[in-house]
Amino acid sequence: MDTSTHQPVQQSVAERLDPHTATTPLGDWVRELCDAPDGGNLLSMTINVIIIIIAICAFSSLTAMVLVWMERKLAGRFQRRLGPTRTGPFGLLQTAADGLKLFLKEGFRPNASDPFTYYLAPLLPLTGAFMVLAVIPFGPSMWIADPELGLIFISAIAGLGVLALLIGSWGSNNKYSLMGGLRAGAQAISYEVSLILCFLLIVLASGETNLLNIVEGQQGNFWNWWIIKLPGAGFIAFIFFIITSTAELNRTPFDTTEAESELTGGFHTEYSGIAFSMFFLAEYVHMFIAAAIGATLFLGGYNAPFEFLPDGWWWLMAKSYAIIFLYIWFRWTFPRLRIDQLMALEWKFLLPLSLINLVFAGILIAMGWIL
Amino acid sequence: MTTPDQHQDTPPQNRPQSRPQNMGAFTPEAQAEDTCTKPSFYAYFIKRPIVGAFSLLTGMGITLKTLCNVTSTVTQEYPENRDTLTMPPAFRGQVIMPHDEEGEHKCTACTLCEKACPNGTISVLPMKNIANKKVLGKYIYRFDQCTLCSLCVEACPFDAIRMGNDFEHATVDKDSLVMVLNEKEGRL
Amino acid sequence: MDLVQTEIPEGFTRSAGGGHTEEYYLNMGPQHPSTHGVLRLMVRLDGETVKEIVPHIGYIHRSIEKMAESQSLIQNIHLTDRLDYLSCHMTNLGLCLAIEQGADVGVPERAEYIRIIVCELQRIQSHLLWWGCFAMDLGALTAFLYGFDEREKITDLFEELCGARLTMNYFRPGGCVSDLPNEFIPRILKICEHMKTTLDEYDNLVSKNMIIRERTQGVGILSKERALSHGCTGPVARASGINYDVRKDEPYGIYNRFDFDVPLGATGDCYDRYTVRIEEMRQSIRILEQACKDLPDGDFRSKEKPNYKIPKDEHSFSSVETARGNFSTYVVSDGGKTPYRIKYRSPNFSHIGAINDMASGYKLADLVTVLATLDPVIPDIDR
Ligand code: SF4
Ligand code: SF4
Repeated sequence: MDTSTHQPVQQSVAERLDPHTATTPLGDWVRELCDAPDGGNLLSMTINVIIIIIAICAFSSLTAMVLVWMERKLAGRFQRRLGPTRTGPFGLLQTAADGLKLFLKEGFRPNASDPFTYYLAPLLPLTGAFMVLAVIPFGPSMWIADPELGLIFISAIAGLGVLALLIGSWGSNNKYSLMGGLRAGAQAISYEVSLILCFLLIVLASGETNLLNIVEGQQGNFWNWWIIKLPGAGFIAFIFFIITSTAELNRTPFDTTEAESELTGGFHTEYSGIAFSMFFLAEYVHMFIAAAIGATLFLGGYNAPFEFLPDGWWWLMAKSYAIIFLYIWFRWTFPRLRIDQLMALEWKFLLPLSLINLVFAGILIAMGWIL
Repeated sequence: MTTPDQHQDTPPQNRPQSRPQNMGAFTPEAQAEDTCTKPSFYAYFIKRPIVGAFSLLTGMGITLKTLCNVTSTVTQEYPENRDTLTMPPAFRGQVIMPHDEEGEHKCTACTLCEKACPNGTISVLPMKNIANKKVLGKYIYRFDQCTLCSLCVEACPFDAIRMGNDFEHATVDKDSLVMVLNEKEGRL
Repeated sequence: MDLVQTEIPEGFTRSAGGGHTEEYYLNMGPQHPSTHGVLRLMVRLDGETVKEIVPHIGYIHRSIEKMAESQSLIQNIHLTDRLDYLSCHMTNLGLCLAIEQGADVGVPERAEYIRIIVCELQRIQSHLLWWGCFAMDLGALTAFLYGFDEREKITDLFEELCGARLTMNYFRPGGCVSDLPNEFIPRILKICEHMKTTLDEYDNLVSKNMIIRERTQGVGILSKERALSHGCTGPVARASGINYDVRKDEPYGIYNRFDFDVPLGATGDCYDRYTVRIEEMRQSIRILEQACKDLPDGDFRSKEKPNYKIPKDEHSFSSVETARGNFSTYVVSDGGKTPYRIKYRSPNFSHIGAINDMASGYKLADLVTVLATLDPVIPDIDR
């Protein structure tokens, strides 16, 4: 990801899928060092993979730090407060300070909990997050993996986070945790349906499941983005995507999983210290991922809004952060829904409408009524 | 609307139920209309989501307005604004015994404050001066016990004590909370 | 872990584990974010559905009624601060009224007005705090801060008035401790004006919010009959349609001089309790404006006595309407300096008793909503 720089991507799909053609200076340099200029050997591949892993780790921790700070600062402003001000300039180091505190805290495990599942759970959500980060095209040649079935891969991996909540809540042996975990399970299963219908709409429109090709398909001006290009249907799908992804992220108004006033913390009631911070970190990385996917599918990914502006990762960042602002805004405005209303919203409202929207989009595409 | 006097003599059960005139959209009737009747398709599936979405957007508008309005911040950054922070004169901080320029206080050791205190926070230890008159020896005030009710100040007939305006009372040493308020023994 | 218990825990009508599904018990509290203090609710749950609730109280019992027997009547006033700490002016007033009645103390005109002004300000303040906590219990954290922000303005006024923000200890038999500070009335009127616009904003942010409506309408219904039989008073009873307000029915002080309405609910659900409280704030503003307009000059306290004594075998009783309902004080005297016995009747105690009626059959999240709309103050229950 960070290992690559700009390269003209006027290659065909077949070319891009060939691992030898999409190269980066850093990767090339490593390959040269290992005496394998064409194709690479085991050593160069290992080194390159390690570089990528470090880059992803660095990127996700940085993102989480920035997002936590942003959330707290914005929350403060939404609530007529200042937000963090004491740690570093504008409280920028607040997350680092919090993280340090959490790392130094005693790792506490309830006696009756099951150690294996209890400690396994915090590791899973970040793993899933890393795997999804790998397929997101950050820039014209800034991506780690480019599977043909990118969207399918994402929807498959997205379940991993929920699995973690289920395992963790079951392992903590606490009724509050268990209820939080079960709610998370029910919620994720339901909302994934609508989420995938949103994906499906884009797949239908662009005829691709490869994320890079979806982005390339939206090149040009901003009216070439799917949100506008598909008149009406794109916008509705985008709104549905925002709603369902908020639910997938377990954020207010769908945060029944954590619901601190009902479940005292939900699935992470029994977690503290570093284990808790893993959940916390993953939550924010997931938030970035959801926003990045939304930006990729609907808002043209790394494409600039106007043709004469240069494309690049900054556009993806700007769009993602705009969506993240929406998430934060929701969280600090809305009360939370009850679990049965949450289910009703999905099964009685979002799912039928998504299906209708899909059919509508299908008609639009079939008739060629695309901008 | 019935007048208050009518309210007084009619027992509550027989009284006509009065509804306030200005409850607007929140009259129980309006609510009953909202919830009790079986909603039509239009009301349930079309009007409700639209009205609901609009209400949510209004709420978001209010928070956004706060976000953009920088002057709405009410946070006080405490240690920094210490110099400008003033407590109102009536503030009940802790019991203090003011001393004049000569270092004299007004206490006559009459122990009225000690009696007025609900929880034995004050101990007035009198002593005899050279003229064999009862004067204040030690005025012991146990701050860790004080409920800051200011009954002692009200009881004092000589205005010898009053409530201070200091509010930074945190300490790591509990013994320091037991104080002797008078700087020197009673007036001669 | 054995989720199915065979013996029935104290207070429950039947044990979990019968029926078709496995029920289980859940302890909400004494340390739980939504019980607003140290209340313990033992809940029998079937999945998410609440089957039965048994409240356990007494975790913050401080034996204030017993303490009262060793304190003089005046010293007791500061103990009433610690009952319903969110409407402590009103609880202060309750005891003061009882003392005035027993010891035959008159109150000057100005003091009566000051009392009304301060009590109604406190009612708004208490309802604002409730509004914030209610929103927080439903997950809207921003409204919580907004409520506290508005409350702060009134608290600042109180701080200037009597030097404390929570434990006021301001009323005395025969009047108040001190006169209103300078420029106090214009500031109150300014707050009233401000509150009017703010309440409309709150309507937009919370009351009209669809999620709030969905979560509160038709939830936690307390019928009129059950409300009566549980002895509910205040906004809770009025939301169930019981037209009872101590200020109207047994006016104390000079409440019968003011023109205000008693908002009533129709169904007795959470939304009614919500709107009744919001409307009560508007009515309090009305009372405040009238009282500020009519405030006469004069003394703020009748002539002070060194000791207020209620004659032997004289019993005095007073009821006041706190922000939560009917708060009554019953003082029995044996003629000494200290009362023989003081009994307080707290509204919250009755309300907590009604919680099983209100919340069983609904979801766990609704239990939190019901608890939030009851607005319990736990120290008032336990005393
Ligand atoms: S303020 Fe109250 S508790 Fe404190 S010393 Fe005075 S009378 Fe006693
Ligand atoms: S402080 Fe006042 S009441 Fe207390 S002993 Fe001295 S003179 Fe008497």
